[in-house]
Amino acid sequence: MYGFDYHRPTALADVVALLIADEDAKVLAGGQTLIPTLKQRLAMPSALVDLSAVPGLREIVAEGDGVRIGAMATHAAVARNALVRAVLPGLADLAAHIGDAQVRNRGTIGGSIANADPAADYPAAVVALDAIIRTDRRDIAGGAFFTGLFETALQPGEVMTSLFFPAASHARYAKFSNPASRYAMAGVFVAKRGDAVRAAVTGAGPSVFRWHAAEAALSARFSADALDGLVLDAEGLNSDMHADAAYRAHLVGVLARRAIA
Amino acid sequence: MTKFGIGQPVPRSEDTRLLRGAGRYTDDVRMPGQKVGYVLRSPHAHAAILSIDTTDAASMPGIQAIFTAADLKQAGIKDIPCVVPLRVRAGTTLHMKHRPVLADGFVRHVGEPVAFIVADSLYQAMDAAEAVMVDYDMLDAVVDTAAALTHPAQVHGDVPANLAYDWEKGNRTATDDVFARAARIVRLDLINNRLSANPLEGRACLAEHDTGADITRLTVGSQGVHDMRDMLAGIFGEDRARFHVLTHEVGGGFGMKLFCYPEYVLACFAARKVDAPVAWTSSRAEAFLSDDHGRDNVSVAELALDTEGRILGLRADIIANMGAYLSNYATYIQTDGQTKMLSGVYTIPAIYARVRGVYTHTQPVDAYRGAGRPEAAYLVERLIDKAAREIGQDPAAFRRLNMIPPSAMPYRTPLGHVYDSGDFAGTLEAALERADRAGFPARRAKAREQGRLLGLGIATYIEACSGGAPEAAELLVKPDGSVLLLIGTQSNGQGHETAYKQVIAEVLGIEPDAIAMVQGDSQVVKTGGGTGGSRSIPTGGAAVRDGAADVISQARPVAARLLEADEHALRFEVTDAGGGFAVTGSNRFVPFIEVAAAAKPDADGHVFRGKGKYSPPSNTFPNGTHVVEISVEIDTGVPRIERYTVVDDFGTVLNPLLLEGQVHGGIAQGMGQALLELIRFDTESGQLLTGSFMDYAMPRADHLPMIDFSLRPVPCATNPLGLKGAGEAGAIGACPAIINALVDALADHGVTHVDMPATAPVLWRLIHSAKAATAA
Repeated sequence: MYGFDYHRPTALADVVALLIADEDAKVLAGGQTLIPTLKQRLAMPSALVDLSAVPGLREIVAEGDGVRIGAMATHAAVARNALVRAVLPGLADLAAHIGDAQVRNRGTIGGSIANADPAADYPAAVVALDAIIRTDRRDIAGGAFFTGLFETALQPGEVMTSLFFPAASHARYAKFSNPASRYAMAGVFVAKRGDAVRAAVTGAGPSVFRWHAAEAALSARFSADALDGLVLDAEGLNSDMHADAAYRAHLVGVLARRAIA
Repeated sequence: MTKFGIGQPVPRSEDTRLLRGAGRYTDDVRMPGQKVGYVLRSPHAHAAILSIDTTDAASMPGIQAIFTAADLKQAGIKDIPCVVPLRVRAGTTLHMKHRPVLADGFVRHVGEPVAFIVADSLYQAMDAAEAVMVDYDMLDAVVDTAAALTHPAQVHGDVPANLAYDWEKGNRTATDDVFARAARIVRLDLINNRLSANPLEGRACLAEHDTGADITRLTVGSQGVHDMRDMLAGIFGEDRARFHVLTHEVGGGFGMKLFCYPEYVLACFAARKVDAPVAWTSSRAEAFLSDDHGRDNVSVAELALDTEGRILGLRADIIANMGAYLSNYATYIQTDGQTKMLSGVYTIPAIYARVRGVYTHTQPVDAYRGAGRPEAAYLVERLIDKAAREIGQDPAAFRRLNMIPPSAMPYRTPLGHVYDSGDFAGTLEAALERADRAGFPARRAKAREQGRLLGLGIATYIEACSGGAPEAAELLVKPDGSVLLLIGTQSNGQGHETAYKQVIAEVLGIEPDAIAMVQGDSQVVKTGGGTGGSRSIPTGGAAVRDGAADVISQARPVAARLLEADEHALRFEVTDAGGGFAVTGSNRFVPFIEVAAAAKPDADGHVFRGKGKYSPPSNTFPNGTHVVEISVEIDTGVPRIERYTVVDDFGTVLNPLLLEGQVHGGIAQGMGQALLELIRFDTESGQLLTGSFMDYAMPRADHLPMIDFSLRPVPCATNPLGLKGAGEAGAIGACPAIINALVDALADHGVTHVDMPATAPVLWRLIHSAKAATAA
C-alpha cells in the first residue's frame, strides 16, 4: 500500500466535492476489490473517500412494483432481505453466492457495479432486469451503464446512491464459477417482464452483454428447449488459461437453460 | 492397552490452544527493536544484472541497510547447497548449481532475490525497494520441462542443453531384452503437474544476534531445526554452535518448509550487520514466487507383457524440472525417491529408469508431500490401468494377476527395496467390496440418465517412508512423576505431541497431562532428524518408547529399594490405575510416581533421564487401495467425486483419529493435484501466471464427498512398534485413482488418458471432440 489521505464525510455533497476537487481520489465502499488492489500496490490513489458514514445509502425499500437497494447495501444484506427475497428471489440468490461470507459481509452492491469487473455477478442482473442506477445527479438505465472492461457511464466525481430493480415474472441467475477465484467464468441472468425477455451474460466477455438471439427465442416461447440449436458466437469472448472462448460460449448456452428451468 | 495408550483415539492435546488462537507461530514472535526485512525480487525470468544502485534507496526514511550479492561475497557467504550427491550415467556430467542467496550477475527466475532491504517498517522497505535501480539486460527464458533439453535459452552458460544430470537405475540390458520378447508393449506419456504447497501459514523467520555470546538465533517455521542450523553454519562457514534455531507452531509444511531459503540466510546476515533483530514474513504473493515447488515431471512409461498379461518389465524415461538451481534435496526426489518405487505392488522382473534433471528459468523444485513416491505411484498405477484396458482385462483382475503375494514377503524388488509385509490383494478386495463395485453398473446407468458419465478408478499404491536418519528422544522425569520429552522431530500440525504422549502413557502408565514436549529448539534438543518422509511417528515414536523403557531401567533400583526386593524380581506393570513396579509372585506394588518421588534429583531437578534412540533398519512400506467413483457432467465437463473408498495398511495404529486426519488431508491434496492445481508460467516471458489464489485453484471442502476410510493392517516387520508411516499415503494413492476413474468414465468416448489437472474445460473438450469424431 502507498500512502493516501482518508476522508469519511457524513454528507453526500461532501463526497462529491472531495471527488471533484481531487481527480485521483477514489470512492471506498466495501473495499473488497479496492483494498486488495492497494495492498498489492497496484493502485496509487491520492485519497480514499469512504462512503460508510453517509446516511441513507444502505436502505432496501419497496418502490412501485420493485425494490430500491441502497448502493452501500452489502451482498449479505441483499441476500437475506425479506423484500428482495419476495420480489426478486433470483437477485437474492445471486447475492448469496458472491465470494465467501467475509466478502458478502463487507462487499456492497454499489461497489461491485461501479467497479464493473467483467466476471462480477451483479452486472448481469442490472442489465437483464434493466435496473435504474441512481447517482447524486441523475438516473441511468441499467442497459446503458456498463460501457466496457471496468468502465461505466459514471462521470468523474459521480457517486451511485441506489439502484431500482423492477419486479419480474421470472428472474434467475445461473453461474459457472472459476474453480480458483469462484468468480463467474460465465454467468447468465434471464429476466422476463411482461412479454420482454432479457438474457444478460457476465464473465464471458470483456463486459456484461445481452444475448439477443436467445432473448428473441425466449420471447417467442419461454422454455429451455426454445434455446435448442442456439449457440453463442465465441468471437470476442474471453479466452484465458482457465477456459477458452469456445468453452465459455458453450457454457453460456448451458447456463441460459439453467436460468430458465 | 491403556486409556491414553497406543491404539486409542485420543483427541489432539494441541487443539485447545490452536483452535483458540493461542498458538505461537513465527510471525507472532516480536522482539524489542526488531526491524523488517524485505526482499527485492527479480521481475524477469532471465536477465543479466548490469548494475545495482542502492544509493537513493539507502537514504530513504527508516532504511537501516540494503544488501546485495556483493555484500555477501565480501563476507564469504556461500550459496545454499544441494546436499544429496548423485552418481550420474557413465560418460555424463553432473552439473550442481547451488542456489545463490542473492542473485549474482544473472537472475534466473521471476522472484529470485536480488537485494535485501532492512527497514523500521515494511512500507518503508517497500518504498526503498522501488528506488533500488537495477539495470537488467533481458534474455530469453525456458520454463517448460519437456522443452528444456532442446530450447535455445540456457539457464547456466556452462550447462549444455540445460541438463543438470542424466541418471539411471536398474538393468537396462535385461529390461530391453524382456521388451524385445514381450507379447505386448503398453506405452503411456504422462505429465506430473507442477504444484505450490500453499500451507495456511506462509514462511517466516526472525533472526537476532546475541553479541555477548556471539550466537545468531533464528526463529523459523521449519520441519526440523537441526538440519536448518547445520545448513546455516555451512553457508556462513562457521561452527554450528554459533547458530541457534527455534521453531514454534508450524501451520503446514508438506516438505516445502524443510529447506533452507535465501530469506533465512539474509535475516541472519542482516541481524548481525544492523545489530537488531530482523524479521521477514512472506506475503502470499511472495510465497507463490519463492516457495519451492513440487512435482513437475514429464515421463514416458512402458510396460512389457506376456501373452497371459503377466508383467515382464517396466521402463520409464523421466524428465524432471529442477528449476533454476538445485534446492537442498532436489537431486534425490525424482531419482531414487521416485524410481525405487516403480515396482509398485507388482512382480515386475525387470525395471529400468532413466531420469534427466533439467534446469529451467523457474524457482527450484524439491520435495512435496510424498517426494517422488506420488510420482512413482501415479506412473505405475496409470500404466497398469492402461495396460489392463489395452488387453481387455478387468483392471482389478489384471492387478490381482500381477500382485506380489503375502507369501513372497519379504520381497526384494529389482531396484533394491525389501518389502517386509503387506497383503496387497487383500486391501484391493476389501476396498472393492466396501466401494460396492458390484453395484457400480447400476449407478453408472443412473448417472447417465442424469447427464453424467460415471467412472470407477482403482489405485493400489505402496510407498517407502520412515527409513533413513535415526531419531533420539530424551525423557526428563521430575520428582512429581511428570515427564518432559525432548525430541528433534517437528510437528507441522500433525499432532506429534498427542501421539508421543500416547507412547509414553502406554509404557509408563502416566496421564497425558503429566507429559510435556519440547521440539524445535536446537540447543535444548541435542539432535534431531526433523519431520519429513512420514518418519516422525514410526521413527520418533520408536525412539520415545526406547527412552521410556530407559526411564523404567533407571527407576528400577529405586523401586527395588522401596519394595525391599531384588531388582530382577521386579516387573513394570501398566494397569488402569497407572504404571508401577510389582514384585513377581507377590501383591507388593509401588506406583511409578512414588518411585519418582523417592529418587534423588540431579542438579537440574530431574530424577531420571531416559535416553532413547532408534535407527530404522529399513523403510516402512505403507500400502492400500483407493477406489474412486467420479462423474463428469456431459453438458459442462465438470467432474464430481461421488464416492471415495480407501483401505489402508499402516501396520499398527497409534491413534486412529490422527491417522484418519492424515489420510483425509492427503486425499484432499491428491485430489487438488488431480483436478485443480497447476503452476503455470508464460512460455515466452517466463512470468508466473498463477501467482495468487485467484488463478491457482486449491481444493475445498465441497470438492470431496465423505471418505470411507478403513484399515486392513499388517504389522510392519521391521519397526519395533509395528508402525508404517502414514503422513503422505493419502496424497500418493489419490491421483492415480482419480485419473483412472476419469478415464473409465470417458472410455466410451475413446479417451485413454487425461493429464492432471483434469479440469472441466479439458474434460468437456474430450467428450465433445470424441462426439465430433464419432459423428464424422
